Amino acid sequence: MTKPDLKDDSNDERSKGTADGGRLPRLRKRFDYHRLGLYAVLLGIVAFYLAPIEAGLVTSLKTRTGVIETLPMSPPIYGEFSTASWIAAFDTLSRGLLNSALYAVPATVISAFIGSVAAYGLTQANWKRRYKATFLALFVAGIFIPYQAVLVPVTRFWSNYAQIEGLLTPLWLLGVDRDYTDLVELMITSIAYGIPICTILFRSYYKNMNIEMIEAARLDGASLRRIYRRIVLPLSTPMFAVVLIYQFTQIWNDLLFALVLIQSTSSDAAPAVLILSGLGVSQEGMNFSLQMAGALITALPTIAVYVMFSEEFSEGLAT
Amino acid sequence: MRDIFARRKSDDESTDRSDETRADGGVARAGREKPGVVGRTRRALDRRFGEDFVESAPFWFPAFLLMALFVYGAILWNLVISLTDYEGFGLAGPDYSNLDFEMYVRAFNDSNVINASINTFVLVIGFTLTTLVVGLLLALLVDRGIRFENTFRTIYLLPMSLSFVVTAQFWLWMYNYDNGVVNIVLGTIGLGPIDWLGNQSIVLWAVIFALTWQFSGYAMVVYLAGLRAIPDDNYEAAMVDGASTVKMYWRVIIPQLKGATISASVVLMVFALKAFDFLYALVSGYRPPAGTDILATLMVREAYQNTNWAYGSTIAIILFVMALLIIGPYLIYQFRRDNL
Repeated sequence: MTKPDLKDDSNDERSKGTADGGRLPRLRKRFDYHRLGLYAVLLGIVAFYLAPIEAGLVTSLKTRTGVIETLPMSPPIYGEFSTASWIAAFDTLSRGLLNSALYAVPATVISAFIGSVAAYGLTQANWKRRYKATFLALFVAGIFIPYQAVLVPVTRFWSNYAQIEGLLTPLWLLGVDRDYTDLVELMITSIAYGIPICTILFRSYYKNMNIEMIEAARLDGASLRRIYRRIVLPLSTPMFAVVLIYQFTQIWNDLLFALVLIQSTSSDAAPAVLILSGLGVSQEGMNFSLQMAGALITALPTIAVYVMFSEEFSEGLAT
Repeated sequence: MRDIFARRKSDDESTDRSDETRADGGVARAGREKPGVVGRTRRALDRRFGEDFVESAPFWFPAFLLMALFVYGAILWNLVISLTDYEGFGLAGPDYSNLDFEMYVRAFNDSNVINASINTFVLVIGFTLTTLVVGLLLALLVDRGIRFENTFRTIYLLPMSLSFVVTAQFWLWMYNYDNGVVNIVLGTIGLGPIDWLGNQSIVLWAVIFALTWQFSGYAMVVYLAGLRAIPDDNYEAAMVDGASTVKMYWRVIIPQLKGATISASVVLMVFALKAFDFLYALVSGYRPPAGTDILATLMVREAYQNTNWAYGSTIAIILFVMALLIIGPYLIYQFRRDNL
């Protein structure tokens, strides 16, 4: 009760100070109650969205008895605070984090680049509408395909038809474990399935680009390749940020392809999400503290990227 | 994927114009090219598909080829595998000489498949509707000219940046019977405890709730973009007419969000079809909690745990057809609206 009163008083004072006179303070008062309600609701929703993450964070910092005896969302009290779960989770996951980065970063960059080039080609070509529409429809449908529909062929392809282990001999000679064949397969697969979304994102950007400069360059006799390198690519920087961020989170977070291509969590090449999916489950029951620490460690790179570039991320979603 | 193809008017016009003046363009081009088979084929292709078809090919063709092989080639291959009897370990591979619809007959008589189809349907519809409603409400709240709008938006969208595997771990703990946040909060108002993940009749709704938490921020972003595209005078006109706030949104604003709703629902539905990662991570295994088995999990389990490859491919085709039923009308809608 006291809080709104306080706020009203201060407001009355402020409005008395102005020369507006009698009618306004009353209006303003009602208005402020609305605003107050609005912010209360917004903050309540913030609590809802952060609750699972907050509960995970405090739980990851508790001892096993602390997890059972204290409330899940209350911070660890003295004596039940422990970083053991974080250390254990990091020990298990560090290999996976490195592997995830090893395939997610190149896959992101390559698929973004291929998408950009393809979208440029599509934008430049003055095709007849029905062919272009069919073509684009194939790309859009490619974004939405449930990957289950290609899973068995992709597994067969990599295990029986495209045996790339021999091609990577220089790596094995350098002492890299042969398990990493799977990681290369996973990277190429991620690139291939990332192309549709990257192409469509870049296309939505290029078709709104100022084409006068490009047309002028074409009249001067510049080749398509030159125009791409000199004009389009430099202008694409903002969209590259969007696509790289979106695609990185997608690839880093994806479990399905990792599960069927890497096969085992104990593989040297297992990515972080794969190891996380089996973490903390043992015969003595679940170790939630360890699970939460693992979940947060795995999520850290994407959360960091997201918090730093939230504008680009939501742009990638909204287009 | 809102307005992916919302092209500018001038773009359309230039395309139309190029169709009319195509012959001229062809002649001008022919002057530059060396005559011969290559040049003639090239001109023929350009005439058939449109100006610059060949010159731009090096740019789009590699991407197209990779996608055609990995997406459409693989789906065709999957279709063929689903017609074989391929199963078991070993490198022998499917026997392509004997194709029949045996696996489809088996699937349509399999109570697991029927169950999983029903669950998939409930998940897709339930999840999409709740997420759209929550997302719309968030967008309306955020759009009221608040302070710290960016901060609020960032927080609401945060779960979207997390992996399904990560959110599954969080919600496993939230739904824990003895110590989970959900049961403790409910306990303070005298409800529960409820065995969210163990009770077959509610577990699917618990999953939908968790997924809504993760994706409503996405719906909010799409709706916000839609709201921002509505001219201010629409609000003002409604206010001048004396409509109440609720009435204004219901009668004037929300009907204009049809496009945003359609694009958001397509994306959300397809997300729901793919909810495999979440369900797998909930149990760290191929068999999700009883009552949540969807086609996506059933397919992977049949193929990769039971090594019934052909049968798994069959279920994958059923799932693919379901996805097509969503994507197909969406593509036609976009084409009709000249967005494709």
